[in-house]
Amino acid sequence: MTDVSFPEVREIVKEHGRLAADVETLADGDSLYEAGMTSHASVNVMLALEDAFDVEFPDEMLKRSVFESVASIAAALQQLDAPLVA
Amino acid sequence: MTVDTDRDAAFLAGIAQIADEIAAANADDVDRNARFPQETFAALREQRALSALVPAEYGGAGVSFDAVAQACFELGRRCGASAMVYAMHQIQVATIVRHLDGSPWFEDYLRDLVVSQRLIASVTSEVGTGGDMSRSVAALTPGDGGMASFEKQAPTVSYGAYADDLLVTLRAHPDADAQVLVLAAKDQTTLEPTGTWDPLGMRGTCSPGYVVRATVPTEQVLGQPFPAISTESMVPISHLLWSHIWLGIATDAFDRARAFVRAAAKRAPGQPVPAAVKLSHVMTQLSLLRAEVHSSLDMWNGAADDREKLSTMAFALRMNNLKLAASEQAPVVCQQAMGVCGIVGFKNDTPFSIGRHLRDSMSASLMVANERIHQTNAQLLLIAKEV
Ligand SMILES: Cc1cc2nc3c(=O)[nH]c(=O)nc-3n(C[C@H](O)[C@H](O)[C@H](O)COP(=O)(O)OP(=O)(O)OC[C@H]3O[C@@H](n4cnc5c(N)ncnc54)[C@H](O)[C@@H]3O)c2cc1C
Repeated sequence: MTDVSFPEVREIVKEHGRLAADVETLADGDSLYEAGMTSHASVNVMLALEDAFDVEFPDEMLKRSVFESVASIAAALQQLDAPLVA
Repeated sequence: MTVDTDRDAAFLAGIAQIADEIAAANADDVDRNARFPQETFAALREQRALSALVPAEYGGAGVSFDAVAQACFELGRRCGASAMVYAMHQIQVATIVRHLDGSPWFEDYLRDLVVSQRLIASVTSEVGTGGDMSRSVAALTPGDGGMASFEKQAPTVSYGAYADDLLVTLRAHPDADAQVLVLAAKDQTTLEPTGTWDPLGMRGTCSPGYVVRATVPTEQVLGQPFPAISTESMVPISHLLWSHIWLGIATDAFDRARAFVRAAAKRAPGQPVPAAVKLSHVMTQLSLLRAEVHSSLDMWNGAADDREKLSTMAFALRMNNLKLAASEQAPVVCQQAMGVCGIVGFKNDTPFSIGRHLRDSMSASLMVANERIHQTNAQLLLIAKEV
């Protein structure tokens, strides 16, 4: 196991991502889609992230690559100045 | 819609001639007998229109996407089934061109397509998952010597019997969920028919079900991940080209209604023509359809093949909405046009017949079920900001 950071992001992915695997077994950069997150579930992850961090993802961020991994989600949140625990 | 090069103009002049002289002349027979529009495709092959979208570096005509969309419209005005076959083929070609990712095999394939004018059919739908092309049941099973094989229960394979190749969605491996696109040539494939083709409309697409079995070298698997292929190309291009056909069908229905009204007005100059008012109502509906189709093409062009932009949810929403709106609107226009013409529109053997248009346009909303797409859009609308 390499990086296992961003506990808040992981908590949301765990709750809404409907992964086949346990999110704690994934490294920050591992693909959530490959771990079983459907595009349907990814929308719920996005909604939950917006709610938890009080941000709005602009349309140009609403694409598969941004929600591909814990790391890419964290990067997007940081770009939106979300208060994020690493 | 702009035609900005001589190449596009020459291509479209050729298409217009084929549409007016060959597709139109055979449309009723193609429809009545549910037969493949072979005269039209012989002419399209002769004009090398099957490789129109292949870039010049592979020997193709390098015609613009706009011009191909316009071609679908022109063919759609004369024979919906011919237009649909042409569009489906172009969707496959565009997908390969845009996602071959430097594969030498696919580059050679495109060169051969130009020379041999190969026709590519699509095997995405599947028994069990219907129009959900991202959830294949069938899978590619690795074999010996770099070969792989599959068996897919396909409910609808348009012009399967007339195609040279099939582009097939499959799971990448029996243990995988991930999807791939595989090109199977006819001589690598067997098609076992599972039914006949006697549908309400789009009869000339000749689209019965088959069990499709093939063994192919693994280099015939398109390398890029399917979600990218699907969102950046297959889905938007399908919706854009299909909707141009539906607009073409509706436009011809309107033109027939207008011809009917003019004929009535000429018979009794100065007398009121009640149908003329109805025609004005039809024009309103047709212009809504046209606006949706053209503005969606503008949006596609505006994205200038920025793949990141094409992969946003806002873009997907818009392209899905095009399919929903156009597929619902085209039959409305056709039905109202029939209302203008009355009984001569209802009869199949008058210059004002609109039965074929109405029947063909009714395939639109179930060619990938609209409810399925509404479900997707409902989800995207929860999060997308600008629509
Ligand atoms: C003329 C024509 C040519 C075609 N050619 C080809 C071809 O060459 N290759 C190919 O692969 N396919 C082709 N198709 C498409 C193929 O037939 C489609 O998959 C099919 O039209 C949709 O399948 P279905 O209606 O059986 O199943 P489904 O899409 O599963 O739909 C069945 C029913 O369930 C409903 N439904 C489905 N999903 C949902 C949902 N999520 N929410 C609510 N309701 C839902 C639908 O509205 C529908 O009433 C063609 C279709 C047509 C009409």
